[in-house]
Amino acid sequence: MSAAREEILRRIRRSTRDVPDAERPEDVPVERGYRETDDAPRGEIVERFAERTAEYKAKVSRVSESGLPGAIRDALKARGVEKLVVPPGLPEAWVPYGVEVLRDGSGAGAQLTNDELDRSDGVLTGCALGISQTGTIVLDAGEAQGRRALTLLPDYHLCVVREEQVVGLVPEAFAGLRETVVGEGRAITFISGPSATSDIELNRVEGVHGPRTLEVLIVG
Amino acid sequence: MTIIRHQPEKKAPPDAFSEGRTPTFEESAKESLSNSQLRRNLGKATQTIRRKRGVAVAEMPDWEELREAGRALKARTLRHLDDYLVELEESVKRAGGQVHWARDAEEANRIVAGIAKSHGAREVVKVKSIATDETKLNEYLEGEGIAAYETDLAELIIQLAGETSSHILVPAIHKNRSEIRELFMRELGVEDLSDDPPDLANAARLYLRKKFLSAKVGISGANFAVAETGTVCVVESEGNGRMCTTLPPVLVTLMGIEKVIPQWRDYEVFMQLLPRSSTAERMNPYTSFWTGASQGSGDGPEEFHLVLMDNGRTDVLADEIGRQSLNCIRCSACLNVCPVYERTGGHAYNSVYPGPIGAILTPQLVGIGEPGPDSLPYASSLCGACYEVCPVKINIPQVLIHLRGKVVRHKQDEGGLRERLDPENVAMQAMGRIFANRRLYEGAQKAAHVGQWPLARSGTIHRLPGKLAGWTEARDLKPVPEQTFRDWWKTRRGGPSPNGSTGDGAS
Ligand code: SF4
Repeated sequence: MSAAREEILRRIRRSTRDVPDAERPEDVPVERGYRETDDAPRGEIVERFAERTAEYKAKVSRVSESGLPGAIRDALKARGVEKLVVPPGLPEAWVPYGVEVLRDGSGAGAQLTNDELDRSDGVLTGCALGISQTGTIVLDAGEAQGRRALTLLPDYHLCVVREEQVVGLVPEAFAGLRETVVGEGRAITFISGPSATSDIELNRVEGVHGPRTLEVLIVG
Repeated sequence: MTIIRHQPEKKAPPDAFSEGRTPTFEESAKESLSNSQLRRNLGKATQTIRRKRGVAVAEMPDWEELREAGRALKARTLRHLDDYLVELEESVKRAGGQVHWARDAEEANRIVAGIAKSHGAREVVKVKSIATDETKLNEYLEGEGIAAYETDLAELIIQLAGETSSHILVPAIHKNRSEIRELFMRELGVEDLSDDPPDLANAARLYLRKKFLSAKVGISGANFAVAETGTVCVVESEGNGRMCTTLPPVLVTLMGIEKVIPQWRDYEVFMQLLPRSSTAERMNPYTSFWTGASQGSGDGPEEFHLVLMDNGRTDVLADEIGRQSLNCIRCSACLNVCPVYERTGGHAYNSVYPGPIGAILTPQLVGIGEPGPDSLPYASSLCGACYEVCPVKINIPQVLIHLRGKVVRHKQDEGGLRERLDPENVAMQAMGRIFANRRLYEGAQKAAHVGQWPLARSGTIHRLPGKLAGWTEARDLKPVPEQTFRDWWKTRRGGPSPNGSTGDGAS
C-alpha cells in the first residue's frame, strides 16, 4: 500500500474525529422525499418524452411497428446517408437496402476502426431506455447499441425508441440500469439532444464534437 | 484547412496555489471593474443563466426534497470519507482499473505525467476539469515535454489565448465572437472564417477531431464516482468528454477525494440537481458513466487510472463548519446569483474557484494567513442568495462569517493590540453568533431591512454607518430585500422554512 494512501486515510480520520466511533454511514440519515415514480398515464409519459426530446433540437417522429422500416429508410434517404454504421444485434428488418452497411462486430479484427467510423455518414441504433421527464435517451452498450464510439464519431445518429422503453422520471432510469452496471459494469451514456455549446457569447450552437444531428423514431 | 501545431505561451496564471503573494480581492476587483467588456458580458451571462435556472427549477415540485437528499448524501459521505474511498478503490480495481493516491497537486501531476510517459505519449487530450486547473497540470506536462490539448470550446479558446477562466461554466465569457475569430485564424491557421458561432464551433471540431483520433492518452476530471460500483461520471455538453473518455486507449481521471458518492442510485439525486442548477437544462446533452477498464469488451479504454487527490481537502474536512464546502458539485449557480461576482467577474478571486464558493473554498484549501485568500471571505455582501440556490445546501454565508472570524483570530494571534481591538473583529464575532442561530438570523434580517433605508441609493448600499463603514469601502451592498426568501417560503408553504435549521454546519 502506498504511503500516500495511508497518509490521506490517516488525515481523513484525524479530520473527522468529531464523528463518533460507533457511527456507521447508514446512521447518517438520508431522507429520499423526492418523487421516485411517475404516476401519469402511459400515453402522457410517452407524449412528454416526444415533446421534451424535440425541445432539445432532436428531430422526433412517432411511427407504428409496421411503419418502422419505411420510416428508417425515409430518414436515411432524406439525410443522404450512404455509409451506415450498424451495431451488433440490430434487428435485420431495420437495415434498409440501398445503403452501404458497415457492421461492427465484437472482438479484435471484427471491429470497425475509428477512421472508418469517422468517415461514415451515420449510425442506426436502438436504446436501453428513454426518460420522459428530461427528454433523454439512454444507451447501455447492449443489443442494437454497441460500443460507445459507434454513436460518437458519425455526424448523424438515428435512434429507435420503443414506447415501452420510456420511463417517467430520472430515478426510474437509474433503477432500470442498476443490473447492467452492478452486474456487468457496462458503460452508460445519457444523450439529451445533439451535442451543443453555449461558449460563444452564450449562443447555443448545435453540434461541436458529437453527432450534430440526432433523430429519434418512437415506435408504438 | 492547415493545422499549425501550437504551444500556447503561458502567462503564469495566479491561482489558489501560486507562489508568492496573490493580490487581495480588493486589488484585483478594481482592475476587473474597470474592464467594461467583461462587466457587460458577465452581466448578460449571469442574468440569462439566472433566469433560465429559475424556470428549470420551478418545474420541479420536489426540488427542496432533492436538495435535502443531496445535502444529506454528501454529509454521510464526508463523515465516513475513509470508508467510501477504500470501497471506491476496491470497486475500481475489481473492474480492471488502477487507483492512485495523491497527497498534493505536485504528487497528482507526477502520477499523471508518469502514466503518459510510460505510454510514450507526447500529446494528451483533456476534457475540462477544475481539479487539473487546480494542480496546473498542463504547465507541468509541458515541462515534461507533453502537450495537453484542452478540448472544451471555451477551454480551447482561453488556452489558445494564454489566459485563465473567468467563470466555471462559461470560462471564455469575457471574449467576444470577433476576438474568437481572430484567435482561431491566427492560432489554428484557418483561413476564411466568419464570426458566426456555428462556423467558429466547426473550426474547433475539425481541429480537435484529429487530436481525438490520434491521442494515446485522455485526461478527465470526474463529477462523481460511486463507491459501491466504481462508476465514474462526466457531465458535459459538447461531446468532447465522450471523446476523451472513450477513444484513447488509456484514460486517466483526476478527482478530488470529496467527489465520491455512496451508491449507484445516488446518481438519481445528483443528476437531477446538477443540470438544472448548472446549465439550467432538464438534462445536459451528454453524460458518460463508466466502470473500470474495457476488459476485453472492446468498448472504451483498455487502461483506466483513477487518481484520488487530497491537496488541502482534508484540512477543509477538519473544520466542522467549513466541511460543508466539500458538498460542492461545481454547478456555478452561486456565481450567477452573486451581486459581487456579477460586477467583478471570476478573475478578481485569483483562484480556479471563483464566486461565493471560491470565497469559502480557496482560503480553506490554502490555509488562513495569506493576504490574498484571506481577503476572499470579505468579497460578499452576505445577501444569502448563494445559499438559496445551492443544490447541496451549502450555507455559504455561515461559512463566510466563520472564516472571517478565523482570519480575524489569526490576525490577533499574529498582530499587536491594534488588531485585537479592530472593530471588525468584534463585529464579526457577533455576526458569527447570529448566523449560527436561525431565530437571531431572521431577526437580524428584519432589523437590517428596517434600519437600512437612509443608506440605500439606486438599489445599492454605498456606505454602511459607524463601525461597519470599512466594509463598504470596496464593496457596494445589495439592500436586504423587502421580503426575504425565508419569509416568502413561509407564506408560500404556510410551513416551516425550507432549510430546517440554519446552524447545521457539521454536515
Ligand atoms: S457552492 Fe453550491 S451553488 Fe455554488 S457551485 Fe457549489 S454546489 Fe453550486
